[in-house]
Amino acid sequence: MALSTQLVVIGAGPGGYAAAFYAADRGMQVTLVDPEKNPGGVCVYRGCIPSKALLHVADVIAESQHAKDFGVEFPAPAIDLKKLRDFKNKVVGQLTSGAGQVRNLRKIAHVQGLASFRDNRTLDIDKVDGTRETLTFEHCIIATGSVPSKIPGISIDSDRLMDSTGALDLPDVPKTLLVVGGGYIGLELGTVYAALGSKVTVVEMTDGLLPGADRDLVNILAKRIGQITEAVWLNTKVTKITKDTKGSRDTKEQLTVTFEGEGFTGDKAFERVLVSIGRRPNASVPGLDKLRVKLDKRGFIEVNESRETGEPGIYAIGDVAGEPMLAHKASHEGRAAVDAIAGDRNVAFEPAAIPAVVFTDPEIAWAGLTETEAAKRGIKVAVAKFPWGASGRAISLGRTDGVTKLIIHPESERVLGVGICGPGAGELISEGVLAIEMGATARDMAMTIHPHPTLSETVMESAEVFFGQATHVYRPKRS
Amino acid sequence: MAVTEFKLPELGENIAAGDVMRVLVKPGDTVANEQAVLELETDKATIEVPSSVAGTVKDVKVKAGEKVKVGQTIFTIDDGGARDTKEAKDTKEAKDTKEQTKEPAADKPKAQPEGAAEEGGMSQQAKPERPADEGTPERSADREEAAQDRQGSKPGVAEPPRAQRSAPRLPEDEIEEQPRQKRGEVVDISRGPRAAQQGAASSDAASASERQRADLPAPAAAPSVRRIARELGVDIRQVNGTGAGGRISAEDVQSYVRNALSGGGAGAPAGVPASQPMPDFSKWGTVERKPVSNIRRKTAEHLGHAWNVIPHVTQHDKADITALEELRKKYSPMAEKAGGKMTVTAIALKVLAGAIQKFPQFASSLDQAKGELVYKKYAHIGVAVDTDRGLLVAVIRDVDRKGVVELSAELAKVSEKARAGKLTLDEMSGGVITISNLGGIGGHAFTPIVNWPEVAILGISRGGYEPVWDGHEFKPRLMLPLSLSYDHRVIDGADAARFLRWVAEAFEQPFVLAL
Repeated sequence: MALSTQLVVIGAGPGGYAAAFYAADRGMQVTLVDPEKNPGGVCVYRGCIPSKALLHVADVIAESQHAKDFGVEFPAPAIDLKKLRDFKNKVVGQLTSGAGQVRNLRKIAHVQGLASFRDNRTLDIDKVDGTRETLTFEHCIIATGSVPSKIPGISIDSDRLMDSTGALDLPDVPKTLLVVGGGYIGLELGTVYAALGSKVTVVEMTDGLLPGADRDLVNILAKRIGQITEAVWLNTKVTKITKDTKGSRDTKEQLTVTFEGEGFTGDKAFERVLVSIGRRPNASVPGLDKLRVKLDKRGFIEVNESRETGEPGIYAIGDVAGEPMLAHKASHEGRAAVDAIAGDRNVAFEPAAIPAVVFTDPEIAWAGLTETEAAKRGIKVAVAKFPWGASGRAISLGRTDGVTKLIIHPESERVLGVGICGPGAGELISEGVLAIEMGATARDMAMTIHPHPTLSETVMESAEVFFGQATHVYRPKRS
Repeated sequence: MAVTEFKLPELGENIAAGDVMRVLVKPGDTVANEQAVLELETDKATIEVPSSVAGTVKDVKVKAGEKVKVGQTIFTIDDGGARDTKEAKDTKEAKDTKEQTKEPAADKPKAQPEGAAEEGGMSQQAKPERPADEGTPERSADREEAAQDRQGSKPGVAEPPRAQRSAPRLPEDEIEEQPRQKRGEVVDISRGPRAAQQGAASSDAASASERQRADLPAPAAAPSVRRIARELGVDIRQVNGTGAGGRISAEDVQSYVRNALSGGGAGAPAGVPASQPMPDFSKWGTVERKPVSNIRRKTAEHLGHAWNVIPHVTQHDKADITALEELRKKYSPMAEKAGGKMTVTAIALKVLAGAIQKFPQFASSLDQAKGELVYKKYAHIGVAVDTDRGLLVAVIRDVDRKGVVELSAELAKVSEKARAGKLTLDEMSGGVITISNLGGIGGHAFTPIVNWPEVAILGISRGGYEPVWDGHEFKPRLMLPLSLSYDHRVIDGADAARFLRWVAEAFEQPFVLAL
């Protein structure tokens, strides 16, 4: 029997389920199509959430070691890997079942399966129970997300060659781990494994970690990454990976990796290799080519400002619809798409800033214009930096290795960008995003009372630095 | 070769700018001192601007439809080295000093780069520059012009060229006639190619500013404000932010819409609620859109303000003018000889002059800021004149010192002037009370709006014979309906009734005026 719906959302990740829920709240009849039992997608099942659970554990371990400096010494941690996995799975289970509940309360139909387009108003769904269902719809939102990229030319059959999903499964704590790619996923998971006891090596093709982020922020993190890893090889490529069945004493198998570049040239063996060189859009919905939906060169679905594709009535949001591939961008795009479907006038997804956070230790977060981008585009900006060495809260945490900076338009004094490195940067950045969205000036930020003693004061004080009047830094403004 | 610029001179109090209706000279023309060179429409009056320079016109810098400001260059002349007028000298001197001060400025690192692109991505309000070939040493003037262009090309507000717009307002022959008589030569008003060129140039400037905008930081507007703008179909980048750092508020967006709807003019008076978005009328049939004229806009603002500020009450009464009518007929030839017509309005002027002497609060104004009533000791009285350009109020001076015959003649003169669009601003200001006589058209009562800051206005409707009971029998009497609107903050109802009764009796017994 053919099903029909007003709006179908393909993919129940943070973009898809947010869109589906919002559409239901706006009174639409909504169907979700996703192979999982509950909403969550990569973010909740295999991404943001499980990685944060593990990073929390890594933080606790690091903190316990750090405590030695305060006169509190703990013995080396004993790690119960099964229990750790259970904790992570419980976090995921709690969130996904919660999302499932609110889905049911909103009376959203959920068809567990994979969708393919028959035409521009009909989907065939191969359900996970082996049956097939046809669904006609009035509107569709494609929210199929992204998948990890593979190193071109390297394909071996071994579960020792992991992507982020494999690494989050936490099969064991390898003695040696190679992280290919110095982006945020590699650095976050590398941090987890390093804390659990692996000797981690990071190899990055470009000349720095976290390409795109401002170097002054990255340098602080790079220093710390250098401390917790065996080595960080920049400007170095992986050209070959082979299975090495000789293995070491503990494992029957390991991987021999061939490197070429500045950091290291030659072969080296690792128990496990994590490939985290980025993600690519997942536009592989069968039948999409029958529609007027267009893909760009990199495989993203092309959309207009309201996220509608070339096929009227069909929208695309999230990772599949373009950079940056971030959950919070997807959920907001979803709302824009639903508004457009609901018939609101001139809907556009046009944020002034989308924050990016790297949940390493220390964290790095930025939003809006970066110094790098400003330099590249030749935009004249003023940069006001507040080093955490002058923050009472940072000193009391024993973490003075941070910085907060504002990128300011010198004439209007508007805050155009915010960059933060330090513990909790991911939480602190939201104030910066709000400032950018509201068109706040440095004066607005300096005059907003921040609680003492907190790390959030660094945001206020960096605005004061712009005027050469920061309480805790003496840096008079050059005229 | 000596080149002198003719700049728009001071035209009178409170006139800072105007719309060019017609340019009466073209390159190659010879202009003499005092020759009319420009027809300018200001808020209330159309002015012919006389030249203060003489020579051969080299380059005309303005065109019909443009807004020009006092001090802006209108045209340049080649005066053959002779600078015989003071104005010309002044201009030259001013230019010289400007150039001198410009020199050292160029060395300063902070000096603005000349090109459009170099202004960089940082300036909040991009100032589009003219293409280089139109550049003159007077960069600031140039910029102003460019800014005007931008103002004129707001998206969504289709503005036909001003020349077309104003054409229907004057009879065709009048347009041709006046300058011809004045200057004794034929004016070439076909400026087609030139106009087209200018249009292209300004659209170039607009697209240059577009390009520049792409590099600017996104407008400082909260997400909710940006949403409002989108819903209203407003490009947020066009909205001028009034907040710190150019921050755009919801009010800024609304006032942008308001200005766009009212033809891109000055902001609506404070306290007037934002316009609701208009429906698409063309859904229901053919529509035609015409821009709102300056006079109409000003009238709308002025009357809107009066209506908002003044608590209006209108008192109605009737005057028996049977006797007066006989007198009017009798003395009419006298008035005609003097070049006027003895009309009810002319008599009403005299009556009102007497009335405000008796009731001085009717010639007062409420100064709320100072908490004072301003009593005016002069009897200048306004008369609303219906013209095909809109409503104008001509003011007759010192009515109390003039006879009805003299007033008749003067009234005829100013009415004619008003209809020809030749009233000066001076001739339209200074009134203490106003008369609006619709009797020539018809009606038996109406409620005129007080001409703020005045506090009363006398409306006159059409007189007619009515049966009036004289205690014994009905007699046919010629009755004139009077409607007095007044500012109830200043005038009490009983006083208004007394005032209007006095006026009615004065009509009935003109002798009262002499008392």
